[in-house]
Amino acid sequence: MTMQTEPYVLNVGPVHPSTHGVFRMRVTLDGEVVINVEPVFGYLHRGIEKLAEERTYTGIIPLTDRLDYVASMTNNAAYCMAVEKLAGIEVPERGEYIRVIMSELQRVAAHFISMGSFLNDCGSYFTPFLLMFRERERITDLFEMVCGQRLMYNYIRPGGVSQDLPDEFVPALKTMLEQMKKYIEEHEKLLKENEILIARSRGVGILPKEMAINIGASGPTLRSAGVKWDIRKADPYSVYNRFEFDIPVGEQGDCYDRYRVRMEEVKQSFRIVEQAVKQLPGGPVRAEVPQLIRPPKGETYAHIEAPTGELGFYLVSDGGIAPYRCHIRAPSLMNLTVLRDMMIGWKLQDLIVIFGSFAITMGEVDR
Amino acid sequence: MEVTRPPFIYSDKELDEHEGQVVENLKAASQTPFPDPDKWLVEEAEKQGVFLTTVDAVINWGRSNSIYPAICFPACCAFEFIAAMGPRFDLSRFGMEILRASPRQADLMITAGTLTWKMAPNIRRIYDQMAEPKWVIAMGACAVSGGIFRSSYNVVPGYNRIIPVDVYLPGCPPRPEALIYAIRMLQAKIRKRANIGKD
Amino acid sequence: MTVALAAVDVQKKIEAKFPGTTSIEKNAILVKAESLLDVMSFLKKSPDLAFDYMTTITAVDYFDYFEVIYLLVSMEKNHGLTIKTRVFDREQPSLPSVISLWHSADYQEREIYDLMGISFKGHPNLKRIVLWPEFKGYPQRRDYLQ
Repeated sequence: MTMQTEPYVLNVGPVHPSTHGVFRMRVTLDGEVVINVEPVFGYLHRGIEKLAEERTYTGIIPLTDRLDYVASMTNNAAYCMAVEKLAGIEVPERGEYIRVIMSELQRVAAHFISMGSFLNDCGSYFTPFLLMFRERERITDLFEMVCGQRLMYNYIRPGGVSQDLPDEFVPALKTMLEQMKKYIEEHEKLLKENEILIARSRGVGILPKEMAINIGASGPTLRSAGVKWDIRKADPYSVYNRFEFDIPVGEQGDCYDRYRVRMEEVKQSFRIVEQAVKQLPGGPVRAEVPQLIRPPKGETYAHIEAPTGELGFYLVSDGGIAPYRCHIRAPSLMNLTVLRDMMIGWKLQDLIVIFGSFAITMGEVDR
Repeated sequence: MEVTRPPFIYSDKELDEHEGQVVENLKAASQTPFPDPDKWLVEEAEKQGVFLTTVDAVINWGRSNSIYPAICFPACCAFEFIAAMGPRFDLSRFGMEILRASPRQADLMITAGTLTWKMAPNIRRIYDQMAEPKWVIAMGACAVSGGIFRSSYNVVPGYNRIIPVDVYLPGCPPRPEALIYAIRMLQAKIRKRANIGKD
Repeated sequence: MTVALAAVDVQKKIEAKFPGTTSIEKNAILVKAESLLDVMSFLKKSPDLAFDYMTTITAVDYFDYFEVIYLLVSMEKNHGLTIKTRVFDREQPSLPSVISLWHSADYQEREIYDLMGISFKGHPNLKRIVLWPEFKGYPQRRDYLQ
C-alpha cells in the first residue's frame, strides 16, 4: 500500500535564530529531504554604491566600514588601496606594516565569529560562541586603544593610517598573543576530534574543485575545496612578500574542512603578526595627502584577501572630488551562488549546517 | 460561520509580486512617524504625581526585572548586542537571560540595525505577534533616524514610521554600556505604569 | 604575481579568429555586443589563455551608452585581462549572457538588471534580486530621482 505525499514549501525566514543576518530561503521539501532552495535577499540593501557617488573620497570610508561589519579594517584597506592606485599615492613603510598588523588581527577576530556561529549551528548551544566572544574582546581592546572604536574603525586612510600607535600597544599585543595561544590549545583539545561535530559536518555539503572555480568562489570556501589560491601569495600587495607563512588547503570540500581551514588560518595570522612586530620600522605613518583628493581621469581595480574572500573595489573617476562609479566585488555574494546545488538531496537539519559553514555577512551580500 | 481563506500561492513569480505589493502598500501608509507612547506619563505628572498601589508596585517590579528580548538582528548593531549578552558586559544580571526566538514569548524588541522598505512588513508582523505589554528600544543611529544611510532609496528613516518606540539610543554602534543604560531607563519607565484600573 | 596581459597581444589572437570585432581602449579590449559570446568562449577554451575564473561584472552609466566591464583571471597561468562592451540603447538595453561559460555571472547579471536595467539574453532566471518587482525605475542610473 503506497502513501500519497505532496511536496510543500517552507519559509526559512528573514528573522531566524540560525540565519546569520536577514537571509531568507524558500525551501521545497518532500518529507524531510530538500528538493529545491530559492535564496531571497535584499533585506539589507542600503544602496552604498549609489551613496558613494555623492561623497568625497575620504568620506566614503565610513560607508565601507559597514559593508562586512565584522571585519572593518580589511574593508577600509581594500578601498584605500584602490584610491591610492588611482591617485598615485605611495604609502610609507611604517604605515604599510601597521596596516598588515591590523588586517591580520582583524582576520583572527572575524574568523572567531564565523567559527563560533558555525559551532552554534552544529548544536553546541552557545558555549564555544561565547568563549570566542570573550577572546575577541581582547582584540577589540587593542583596536580601541589605537583608534577609539570597537566595531567601525575608520582608521586606514588613503596614504597610510590616520594616527600612530600609542606606546602601550606593542607590549599589550605581546601579552595578548601569549594568552591566545593557550586558548587555542584548549579549544583544539575540546573540539578538534569531537564526535558530534564530525558526525554533523564530515561529508556534508561537498563542494567539488571545478565547481568552486567556475562560480568565482574565494577565501576559505575555495581553499577548502583543494585550490591553493590566496591573493596574499598569488598577487602580493602591501608588504606581504616579506613574511613567511603557509596557506592551509582542505581535501574534500565539506563543512568540517571549512572549519579547519579557518582555524589554521588563525594560527598563520599570528605568525605574520609576530614577524611584523619584530620588523616594525620608524618614520611617518601617512603620506602627504591633500584634504580633498582629486585623482586624474581613469579607472582601476584593487583587491585584497579579506576574511570572507577576495574583496575588490572598481573605481571610475572623472577628475572631480567624488567618484563617478564605485563598484564593490563582494566575496559573500559570489560564494552564495552555489548554495542551491550544494543543498539538494540533503535533509533540513543539514541545510542549517551547510549555510553556517559558508559564514557570510549580509551587509556584504546586499550592500 | 463562513471562513474565507486566501488562495494558496505556489509559484515563485506570484509570491514575489504578492510580497512586493505588500511592501508598496506599507510604504504608502507610513509617511509620518508614530506618535510618542509616553503621553500618559506627562498627563499623570501634571495632575498630582503618579500614585501606585502596592499590588501595582509588585507587578511592575516583577515585569521590569525579567524582560525577555525578541530576536530582531538586521545589521551591525547586532554584534554589540551579542557582546552585551556575552561574559564581559553581562546582561543576565539585569534579568535578560534568554533570547527568545518566538515573538509570542517576548516582551521587548531591541531593533539592532538599519530598516529597509523590503524588510519593513516582516518587522511589523513580528511586532504584532508579540503579546501585551510590549516595549521597543530603537538601538543605533540607523534605528533612530536612518543614520548614515538616510538619503538612500531603500532605507526607512527611523523605526518610528512602522512601530511605536519607547526608548531611543543613539550611537554608531552604541557601546554595550550604553545599551545597559537604555535598559535601565526602560525599567524605570515600566515601574511607573499603573496596571489596575488601566484598560 | 598576477600579470595583467597586454591588451594588444591578446587582441591579435582574437582578431585572427573573429576579425573586425574588437578595438583597444587603454589596456582593455572593447568587444562589440553581438560577438561577445563567441569571443568569451574563445578566451575560455583556448589552451594558452585559459581564463577559467571570472572575478566580476560591472556596469557604468555614461549618458550616451552603458559600458559593461568583465574582469577575467586564469588560475593556472596566473594572468588577468579586462574586457569591455558598450550598449547604446537606453530604452531596452540588452546583452547576451555569459552564464553558460562562468556560473559566477548568475547573481551579478541579475543585480545589473535590477539596478541598471540592462537585460541579459539567455539567463534562466532574470528577475529583480535586491528590490521588489513593483519598484519603479532603475536606481543606479545617473538620472534616477526619488
